[in-house]
Amino acid sequence: MSRKILEVNNLTKIHGRGCPLCLESTGPEADTNICPHCGSVVAAHGVSFDLYQGEILGIIGESGSGKSTVVKTLYFDDAPSAGEAVFFDEDAQYDLYSLNAAQQRSLRNKRFGMVYQNPHLGLNFNVSAGGNIAERLLMSDVAHYGAIRERARSLLVRTEVLENRMDENPKKFSGGMQQRVQIAKALATRPPLLYLDEVTTGLDLSVQAAILDLILEIQHELGTAMIVVTHDLGVVRLLAGRTLVMKYGRVIETGLTDQILEDPQHAYTQRLVASAL
Amino acid sequence: MDNIILSVEGYAKQFYLYSRQRLIPSAAQVNLTVRAGQLTALIGPTGAGKSSVLKGIYRTYLPSAGRMIYSDAQGHNVDLALAGEHRILELRQREIGFVTQFLHCLPRQPALDVVAEPLLARGVTREAARKQAAELLECLAVPQRLWGVPPATFSGGEKQRVNLARGLIARPRLLLLDEPTASLDTATTEHVITLIQEMKQDGIGMLAIFHHPALVDRLADAVVELSPPAMTDEPIENIA
Repeated sequence: MSRKILEVNNLTKIHGRGCPLCLESTGPEADTNICPHCGSVVAAHGVSFDLYQGEILGIIGESGSGKSTVVKTLYFDDAPSAGEAVFFDEDAQYDLYSLNAAQQRSLRNKRFGMVYQNPHLGLNFNVSAGGNIAERLLMSDVAHYGAIRERARSLLVRTEVLENRMDENPKKFSGGMQQRVQIAKALATRPPLLYLDEVTTGLDLSVQAAILDLILEIQHELGTAMIVVTHDLGVVRLLAGRTLVMKYGRVIETGLTDQILEDPQHAYTQRLVASAL
Repeated sequence: MDNIILSVEGYAKQFYLYSRQRLIPSAAQVNLTVRAGQLTALIGPTGAGKSSVLKGIYRTYLPSAGRMIYSDAQGHNVDLALAGEHRILELRQREIGFVTQFLHCLPRQPALDVVAEPLLARGVTREAARKQAAELLECLAVPQRLWGVPPATFSGGEKQRVNLARGLIARPRLLLLDEPTASLDTATTEHVITLIQEMKQDGIGMLAIFHHPALVDRLADAVVELSPPAMTDEPIENIA
């Protein structure tokens, strides 16, 4: 049986001051994630799950369900209000939120990868495509120019970005191509854990398909564990073995992806599945 | 040794549809066993819950009641109704295969790779996996010109054969078959029968639904007849 790579317990993120009534006044039953007493937004509360090596976990939900909040806190883009997450690396384990800033940065650069829906968050548009990958390699202590250039080139070839465009600024690339550069950048340090936040949203259908293919191929080749955040049931059907369903900051259902799609237990999931095209 | 690899006792499945506020019974009081190297056939009219039983065992459905004791390759017993999700995923990868009525596969993937996929997932090299896939497609008379093409454009019968090849390639210990010959011609059906007989000789246990009673006569070592579950407003006590 493969090993656990991530264990998340009771992850909570509240934007705003918070008050003692926030948690009981929000969530799927209350039909809101905004506390009516203090106006704070309960973006996520009580999120717990395990992730195993090489596994793809899907998180589905509509806007405001808290699905992106989960990966953003795991990637240290955002600090959680409560809860813990333990990352099990090859020979060590890290309690993510008791690490100092430098330790968090190091894990983020070397052991985690993130691909955002918006390429502006994941890419530096002041340097070339190759330069973007080089940045990440430099931050993880690879310093030889030739080695960096060779690795950047092979990553871009792997993600099917034309090699001769390596020195161009990604600003000039199409949306699909920018996502490929982001994926190449995220993979640069061969991280065992990758977060994908709505990576195909807003792309042409044919481009979406090619990006999803690429993600699956990478998972097969490298055995990378992934958390895939999406509002698209087709994406989890294609990629994820297990899926969490979120609404108003809470996990309302979790199960094997085929079971979630064919035998959803929660009223909201039943509606979601029934309304899919 | 009684070589029973799967023993289902009192399986029932009902759905609760929130939008209609109704309970839909799908299967009730199902008891059956599957032995290594033998085929158990499920028979009964439409709506008797035959597919529901297979999906419950594969955990595409969460069973509403009953026990489904599977004896794994190490001889450990596991109740599939209660096993953890990671355990189920592991069993699906290594021991329990499912050939469904319809081919669900990644779009854009050539047929050869669709068939080879379960072997790749087990760590077989791409080359070796493709070689086995080619042998199986050959055996099921899928024309070679189609091997490099994604199955999306195939005829029903061709898709069915790709689906079957993918289910058979990994040689699971327990194989669930949902009408594997439904859209096949007589000649291809004979190929499939030969393959199923070979697999029985290899010790693979099978639970199958067949379209034609003649196939049940030829292949089944045991037959379980299901009848449609009664409509009810009473929820079955949930096991989970």
